[in-house]
Amino acid sequence: MKEMENRIRQMAKDLLAREKVDQVVGFCQGSLAAVTRPFLARHPEEADQLVFNCNCRMNLATFVPDLKGRTGIVAKGCDSRNLVIQMTENRVKRENLYIIGVPCAGMADKNKLLATAGGRDLIRVIDRGEQIEVETTQGTTHTLSRQDLLQDNCVTCIRHNPVIYDALAGPEVPEPDLQDRFADVAAVQKMDPGEKQAYFQHLLKDCIRCYACRDACPLCYCPTCFVDESSPQWVGKSLNPVDVTTYHLVRAFHDAGRCTDCGACEAACPMNIRVRSFTRKTIMDCVNHFGEEAGMNPGQRPVLDRFQINDPNDFFR
Amino acid sequence: MIIINKTDLAEVMTRAQETYLLSGPVETFHGHTFRHLEPGQAPDLSCHHTLLSPKAVVFPPSDPLLTFSGDDWAGPDLADLPPQAAVGIRPYDAKALHLLKYNFDTPEYKDPYFLSRFENLTLVGLAENHPDPANFSVSCGTGPFDETCLDMLLVDLGDALAGKILTDKGEAFARAAGLDPIPAEKKAAVASTIAELKTRAENAVTRTGSFGSLDGISTLDLYEQIDWEALAFGCINCNTCTFVCPTCWCFDIQDEARGQKGVRLKLWDSCMSALYSAHASGHNPRRQGWQRFRNRFMHKLKYFGDKYGAGPMCVGCGRCIRTCPAGIDIRTIHQALSRLEAVT
Repeated sequence: MKEMENRIRQMAKDLLAREKVDQVVGFCQGSLAAVTRPFLARHPEEADQLVFNCNCRMNLATFVPDLKGRTGIVAKGCDSRNLVIQMTENRVKRENLYIIGVPCAGMADKNKLLATAGGRDLIRVIDRGEQIEVETTQGTTHTLSRQDLLQDNCVTCIRHNPVIYDALAGPEVPEPDLQDRFADVAAVQKMDPGEKQAYFQHLLKDCIRCYACRDACPLCYCPTCFVDESSPQWVGKSLNPVDVTTYHLVRAFHDAGRCTDCGACEAACPMNIRVRSFTRKTIMDCVNHFGEEAGMNPGQRPVLDRFQINDPNDFFR
Repeated sequence: MIIINKTDLAEVMTRAQETYLLSGPVETFHGHTFRHLEPGQAPDLSCHHTLLSPKAVVFPPSDPLLTFSGDDWAGPDLADLPPQAAVGIRPYDAKALHLLKYNFDTPEYKDPYFLSRFENLTLVGLAENHPDPANFSVSCGTGPFDETCLDMLLVDLGDALAGKILTDKGEAFARAAGLDPIPAEKKAAVASTIAELKTRAENAVTRTGSFGSLDGISTLDLYEQIDWEALAFGCINCNTCTFVCPTCWCFDIQDEARGQKGVRLKLWDSCMSALYSAHASGHNPRRQGWQRFRNRFMHKLKYFGDKYGAGPMCVGCGRCIRTCPAGIDIRTIHQALSRLEAVT
């Protein structure tokens, strides 16, 4: 992992020094051991602060449309799929991007990492690839298997390598042959309506409507989100379960056919709610009904954003 | 001083519930939060920190102010609230509730919803023996064993909790819960154990120098000369920091009505959201995310201190640092602001 990190720094430094880009978006170490920060390097010497490890949970495609000029971006497989979507939706131009592609072995779930500290914190996390070493505030050290720590979305990831890039920061990793990829969705689908209602009510019982899931999402860029509309006001603002559920359901539908399952929403949630329970269903339906995955091909429009004259449904013609 | 054997904790709490509406740390998804306890539910005092602060006890996220029907309206009976006790509140979180009071209790305005709960509340604190790296409460003028804002301070001794009664409210709670005074011969030994734990905990807390002392720097310099846009990079302007914060008190008022009937709600609001500062005209003085970021930190670290002279609007609990999706740390921001002093 250190090797890849060094290559990212070198590439970023080079791009900035030769003025190929105006800035490079990547990650730097946060003040806590298990946390990184999105970081903007504007000068070659700042590139030395860039890091890449199992704690780079945010999707950097979120930040690109707001930046002026040419941007270098450190992109994991999922980030690159979201860059494809940003390009398709006219949010960024390919020629304004220099994509430093990162073949990704998956991110460590923050809660699984912190669980090693028994409710307390970590003072060191070292990503050694297959293994991750942690040191707790209690002074204990643990060497853990990356596979056991992965975020749920990384376990079912279909694209570890970037789909588009200008240069790769490391050798490509094998794409796994996933069995039973939607077992989680199937389990919910099997429930009867009463059980389903109870499942989703329990899922959202702690939601405080901070909208971190929305704000971390590269797809959520409406100038005014429907929950923030004030005239007319579509949805109530309290913690009433109907209003809370409305927010989550409508957001999931809005992202249907566009969601890459990057997991930024779930990693962002301060209350540890498994918000992907909603978007996963939309991903499965797009695969089953349309045979498509979001952001896998440049130029491919999202499935729900396409009209074809030979559409089998009458209401379309 | 009193003592509670941990095996008796559930029983003691059930007894206290006969008099008090209790709140405390309870387990939730991958952690704990602070909320009202069900009858017979004991607070989980083994918890290190709660995702949400205890502020909801005096400032609920959704608080009905009144119900209306046509021209008639009626508010809740605030005079008749049951006495409340927050059990297991951290000492610095108790200070945070006192900081909230600066806003809800001024010579001009007294918020009856906040004050009726606040005055009715007994704060049974739990000292923090093992502060985390995100905790910098000592730099904020409080700490893991700070007694100043509590009615009683519990200290975890392993098998038992020792309790120092600090006020009349604390005394009343001890009576209602049937807490036993510590045997006279053990008193000195327990007191010295507490002193030892206190020193160890305070030394373990991360120091950031004197946090919040920006008195010497002018507001306008901080506002204009700091590269706020660069500092804010990565901030996604979600409401997380403001909602988990024990001292953030901004609220929104909403009417939810059907025909002529409805309810007026006081809801948590956040300066991080664009809607917060949107004017009816369409103008928004803080349209950019970094402007909202600036406002939050200026309010916490400068405006509040200047207005009330009670230090920064922060107790160093570390919740915003732990939960920020973008890894933003208020200590880093404070450092950037205090550096300005050296320049001017």
